Amino acid sequence: MLIRNAPDIKSSEITDKSLYLSRRKFLLAGSASLASLAAGAAPAWLSGVDEAYAGTKLPGVQKSRLSTGEPLNSFKDITTYNNFYEFGTDKDDPAQYAKTLVTRPWTVAVEGEVKRPKIYGIDELMKLSPLEERIYRLRCVEAWSMVIPWVGFPLSALIKRVEPTSKAKYVEFLTLHDPKQMPGQRRGVLEWPYVEGLRMDEAAHPLAILAVGLYGEVLPNQNGAPLRLVVPWKYGFKSIKSIVKIRFVENQPATSWMKANPSEYGFYSNVNPDVDHPRWSQARERRIPEFTKRKTLMFNGYGDQVAQLYSGMDLRKYI
Amino acid sequence: MSFEFKIKNSQFKILKAAAFAACSIPLALLIYNGYTDGLGVNPIETITRSTGKWTLIFLLITLGVTPLRRITGWQWLIKFRRMLGLYAFFCALLHFTTYIWLDQFFDLMEIAKDIPKRPFITVGFASFVLLIPLAVTSTSGMVRRLGKRWQQLHRLIYLIAIGGVIHYLWLVKADTRKPLIYGAILGALLGYRLLAKWRVGEFFARRFALSPAAKEE
Ligand code: HEM
Repeated sequence: MLIRNAPDIKSSEITDKSLYLSRRKFLLAGSASLASLAAGAAPAWLSGVDEAYAGTKLPGVQKSRLSTGEPLNSFKDITTYNNFYEFGTDKDDPAQYAKTLVTRPWTVAVEGEVKRPKIYGIDELMKLSPLEERIYRLRCVEAWSMVIPWVGFPLSALIKRVEPTSKAKYVEFLTLHDPKQMPGQRRGVLEWPYVEGLRMDEAAHPLAILAVGLYGEVLPNQNGAPLRLVVPWKYGFKSIKSIVKIRFVENQPATSWMKANPSEYGFYSNVNPDVDHPRWSQARERRIPEFTKRKTLMFNGYGDQVAQLYSGMDLRKYI
Repeated sequence: MSFEFKIKNSQFKILKAAAFAACSIPLALLIYNGYTDGLGVNPIETITRSTGKWTLIFLLITLGVTPLRRITGWQWLIKFRRMLGLYAFFCALLHFTTYIWLDQFFDLMEIAKDIPKRPFITVGFASFVLLIPLAVTSTSGMVRRLGKRWQQLHRLIYLIAIGGVIHYLWLVKADTRKPLIYGAILGALLGYRLLAKWRVGEFFARRFALSPAAKEE
């Protein structure tokens, strides 16, 4: 039946990741970790020599007090229902087409108003700070939501490392722009590369993380590998994927969705049940795979932690 | 361009049964996928979108009957038109039902607020409401009783289809490709009628004296 029994799906599908992995990659990942075991060396993904395939286990991931205890969405939910327009605008496009994305080697340029600008290799970034599991709610602007066990580290760890100057008021993020790897970029659905941004204090908030993994393993391509932002109190599109550039700037960045439709998408885009998108009511949401809809919570339920960032601001105006 | 292709009554019956079966495939697939967990991660969205898409497709196929009949001269095509139109209505009914049931959960207050508030819903709803009198007057008895007014009434389908395309165009977030493709097809179907009405063909035939009939006139 189409009305699925949520707990059933979760327990069975969490372990069923081989479904997602192509057989070849599965075998490769398996042999790579066997080889590293035999050599007594660091896992292949850490050495940066071998490719870190999605599905490779991430070692030493710590639990976090900031995680929610709500039931998780299945690995299948999270990896087959994605908005990632770089690979097509249908929800199942990213799972089909993101295989062309090459995530190793990968560099992230951190630049702008900082004392220590640097081009980081992805493996170096992953060792910047201990990896934590962060189980967050994700609320899409299209009025559906999931609960996702990300693996990552606080964005604030990177911010501290590069030492922003007093001029740095905002952080701007850019996705890779390469139509060969990202076939969706061959059409001008949005202005490429995808751009997102946060105010400095938002970026430094402990809930904001850079994610490199999902379900304890290397992030699948369709979820924004190898490095993505996760800002759980904002609509999903703020959590930019496959980041290649992080820029500290003085002025508020113009984000892709603001440019596409300024009357519908604002810079802040905090989850807010009282301010409707012109085309969708934001008062309720469908928690996948539930049948009925539930009430949407202010700041996606993270109000206790983040509301003070916006004190004195009219959130009907600053959407 | 027309050439003889007449069919016997018995052949027509078989053809009609086949067409009926073919029209049922999208719905049968939807039900099959529903029972086999094949509707993806968000089944309700899949159902809403699929029924909406097939409403529009059946509307366009219905609008294609007359041009195809004129071009080919296969008069019997007209006999499929009612069935195709009713399929469009049936899909629209399912589409609307998924909205009031699976999207709004029969919250009538919420629905009453939602329809005027969101332009894409307003237009879709108007199209759906306009389809109802067409479905009701689709019987042979009604066709006879209404006479010339039946034709006038059923011209509403142009408006309904235009509304359907606008509804689609207004609900997409950024990627307008698919609604524009449907819009282009609708444009061709309606454009054909305008050209036929203005007798553009005859005009050219006369002007360039292409056909002997035109010369004689
Ligand atoms: C003749 C009437 C209608 C036609 C031709 C039509 C057609 C469509 C089409 C083509 C889609 C998009 C499918 C896709 O994304 O692939 C759609 C989606 C939708 N329609 Fe309709 N529709 C009609 C009437 C209605 C009515 C009466 C309502 C509700 C009052 C409605 C509500 C919706 C909703 C909620 C969606 C989904 C939007 C989303 O997923 O964001 N439609 N419709």
